[in-house]
Amino acid sequence: MAISLEVNGERVDAQVLPRLNLADFLREQLQLTGTHVGCEHGVCGACTVRVNGEIVRSCLMLAVQTHGASVQTIEGLSDSGEVADLQAAFRDRNALQCGFCTPGMLMAAQDLLKQQAEPDREQIREHLSGNYCRCTGYQAIIDAVETTARARGRGTA
Amino acid sequence: MTITSSNPEILSELDRPNSYIGKSVPRPNLERLMQGRGLYVSDMELPRMGHVVFLRSPHAHARIAGIDAAAARSMPGVIAVVTGKELAAVITPWVGVLSHLKGLKSAPQHALAIDRVCWQGEAVAAIVATSRAVAEDAAEIVRVDYEELEAVTDMRTALDPATPVIHPALGDNLAFERNLDAGEVDAAFAGSDAVVEADFIFGRHTGVTLEPRSVVADWNAAEARLTIYQGTQAPHMVQNIAALHLGLEESQVRVVCKDVGGSFGIKVHIYADEMATYALSKLLRRPIKFVADRVESFNTDIHARDHRCWGRIGVKRDGSITAFEIDDLTGIGPYSMYPRTSAIEANQVVNLVGGPYVTRNYRARARVVFQNKNVMCQYRAVGHPIACSVTEGLVDLAAAKIGMDPVEIRRRNLIADNAYPCASPSGLRFELLSHHAAINKLMTMMDYDALRSEQATLRSNGIYRGIGIASFIEVTNPSAAFYGVGGAKISSQDGVAIRLDAQGSVICQTSITEQGQGSESLTAQIVGSVLGVSMERVRVILGDTDNTPYGGGTWASRGAGIGGEAALQAAKILRRNILDVAAAILQSSPAELDIADNAIVNAADGASRMELRELARIVYFRPDTLPPGVQPELMATRHFVPREYPFAFTNGVQASWLEVDTDTGFVRLLKHWVVEDCGTLINPQLVDEQIRGGVVQGLGAALFEKCVYDERGQLTNANMADYLVPMSGEMPDIDVGHVVSPTSETELGAKGAGEAGTAGAAAAVANAVNDALRPFGAVITEIPLTPQIILTALGRI
Repeated sequence: MAISLEVNGERVDAQVLPRLNLADFLREQLQLTGTHVGCEHGVCGACTVRVNGEIVRSCLMLAVQTHGASVQTIEGLSDSGEVADLQAAFRDRNALQCGFCTPGMLMAAQDLLKQQAEPDREQIREHLSGNYCRCTGYQAIIDAVETTARARGRGTA
Repeated sequence: MTITSSNPEILSELDRPNSYIGKSVPRPNLERLMQGRGLYVSDMELPRMGHVVFLRSPHAHARIAGIDAAAARSMPGVIAVVTGKELAAVITPWVGVLSHLKGLKSAPQHALAIDRVCWQGEAVAAIVATSRAVAEDAAEIVRVDYEELEAVTDMRTALDPATPVIHPALGDNLAFERNLDAGEVDAAFAGSDAVVEADFIFGRHTGVTLEPRSVVADWNAAEARLTIYQGTQAPHMVQNIAALHLGLEESQVRVVCKDVGGSFGIKVHIYADEMATYALSKLLRRPIKFVADRVESFNTDIHARDHRCWGRIGVKRDGSITAFEIDDLTGIGPYSMYPRTSAIEANQVVNLVGGPYVTRNYRARARVVFQNKNVMCQYRAVGHPIACSVTEGLVDLAAAKIGMDPVEIRRRNLIADNAYPCASPSGLRFELLSHHAAINKLMTMMDYDALRSEQATLRSNGIYRGIGIASFIEVTNPSAAFYGVGGAKISSQDGVAIRLDAQGSVICQTSITEQGQGSESLTAQIVGSVLGVSMERVRVILGDTDNTPYGGGTWASRGAGIGGEAALQAAKILRRNILDVAAAILQSSPAELDIADNAIVNAADGASRMELRELARIVYFRPDTLPPGVQPELMATRHFVPREYPFAFTNGVQASWLEVDTDTGFVRLLKHWVVEDCGTLINPQLVDEQIRGGVVQGLGAALFEKCVYDERGQLTNANMADYLVPMSGEMPDIDVGHVVSPTSETELGAKGAGEAGTAGAAAAVANAVNDALRPFGAVITEIPLTPQIILTALGRI
């Protein structure tokens, strides 16, 4: 099937099989390998991307469903600088080890920070509770998101 | 910044104004991973690459009567369907035994099953196609005729005469047995004021690396050379094993390890499907990619910790522990894993039980049996969580029996901090541990007395909170005693090569590997500190057998202690060589010069004499201007392996503070503390994060994680929705503190820290749950502590 969509601000026209999921489309056809595949059934959050402004599990969405949509991946968020402060906080706090969950984690964290000015630690833990990280034990991630939230709060105050 | 050390004078190379040792500097190259620009094996594509999907047995034990792959072979896009017999033409089978584990036996294992499958998930055929989707389609129409055989699933009956023997040639289902009897155990129990015993049961669980196991194997027939891209902790081990079983020289195999999406011991083994992928590449003369899906990961990634351990402890009224005794039973699946074997965990349990304590009376038996379940082998903190849970569970039971506070009984029995060096009853040699300093620090960090009074107040209001303490010892920096002496070609030494490039930057090749622990960072920190070069100018290359010295890799908490020391020694040589050249150029003497801030400076006053960039320019492009006879050597290589102590033991203590809902059986973790002594801290933040991550893996085992098999050997929860892992919502904040007792076996003084968190977390939680439930008289010695187990113990269901 022919689909036409916008990915990280670029127009993409592609032929896809109806069964192809968005994660495989991004990784294999567009070579956007920053979107990772961990569980392939919507539990681990590694494949989290943004479709029309909402975060979704790209392993649970078909590529054909994104026809006419705007998709943003970690590559796009990085290049636009939208999450530069969050990434800096992750680096300073060592909030990643193997890094495999990190793109999805950044996606989910940025989603929270857009919705809520200064979430507390419990709210951060809750919002990220669909993103599995085996390395860090989560505390450093919570710290980094909290630090970013406070910095942004100060910046806009 | 200076480092804490008992002998600072030998650390002068590191104890410099611009030293990175002891500093929490950010890891290099995190941007790559954060921007989605890493390169994991699952991301790789090569020209002409085929994708392999393995058809796996649905039965735990069955004879393969026939395989009909004709229809699959004719599907468009299918490159080949290969059976076990066909693949055996290019790869030989293996047997996972080591000679120092006396009596350990196992059966030959093939890359693909031939004639018989021995666990649900064992691969019976390989389907190679132009895409993974096509290969999966084709796999669905391969017909395998199975004749189901009786499955051996319960480890408790595996040795019964009525139970079928899985490998008849071995005679029975006993893979390994070890017995130890130290001191005067019977007399000690007879002389005790109280003896307590319990059965400790541990749920079989697994590593659940977020990136599944992945391999791209590329046999270049024209070069007669195999390149293996694999997320592995031990590239040289993979090189050796692949060459051995494919009939190649090691020089014909290159192993490249880029970014790895989690390892934790899961990726330190050689799996049959990985061997099959190497062999398929050779057979089909093209690159082959294998990426396990999540169901395959649950069915084939090694499992661990499936132990049932009876234990007893004797104690006097004054709290002194008189003896420990254990009888451990574990089921490892149908084969001992290769090449590290599946007897190590039980062996470690025997080694480690009672390890923190002074009693010399200790008897142990461990039996390792075969069964028709997925293979078990070494996973983060091998054996430690079992040994710690049994030891610390027994100590708490003894304390409760004689009415003593759990901290007090430990203080009365932990080996004194001034008693070193000494040895355990099982023969472990301790160079320098700090149990008492650690528990004292823990008491302060958690404000133990205040927590106890808070607990009492809440209890009178019907809120049941508990405190659990767990002291532990940890095996780190393993020497050849771990694997090499048993005949495994697994290097215990590591090497580092360092050179100054033509612009005065440093390139450092190390044989340790990176899976996120910080190997690259600690290497750059050490090299930068010794050389006087800023970290940004040190580039670290790892994970490539063509481009690093030979070495063991990263496992068993060895990277910092062994690879770090090699880096230190190599950097010292390069520093001396640089100063020799500088002295020749500057008509000075090496003793009058130093390197600081990327420049040659006067040792006396620190005045800058020459940028390293300028020195490199002269050496590489104008050697004609150097004095006659001066041959600069701006590259240095050093290797290191521990020789005095087989292992550098570390120690620590953990505490858990939690609340049990006695109506629902749910446990809410409120706080967790760890005090750990890993010697010299190279990067405190990285150490803390290793510990936190390790703790959370232990908390998963304590509360959630279990591979649930039915009586026919079917894994019933092989997905991430049904197999529960710790997520951010349920995890507590974890406070980490340190005591620093450097090992004097190395100049660096670093011991390992990668497994300390996992070693004691479950024991602390189990003790805390029992502490919370004490008013009900309930005692639970089984993990995971699910609501069902807790409510059953409370008599509510």
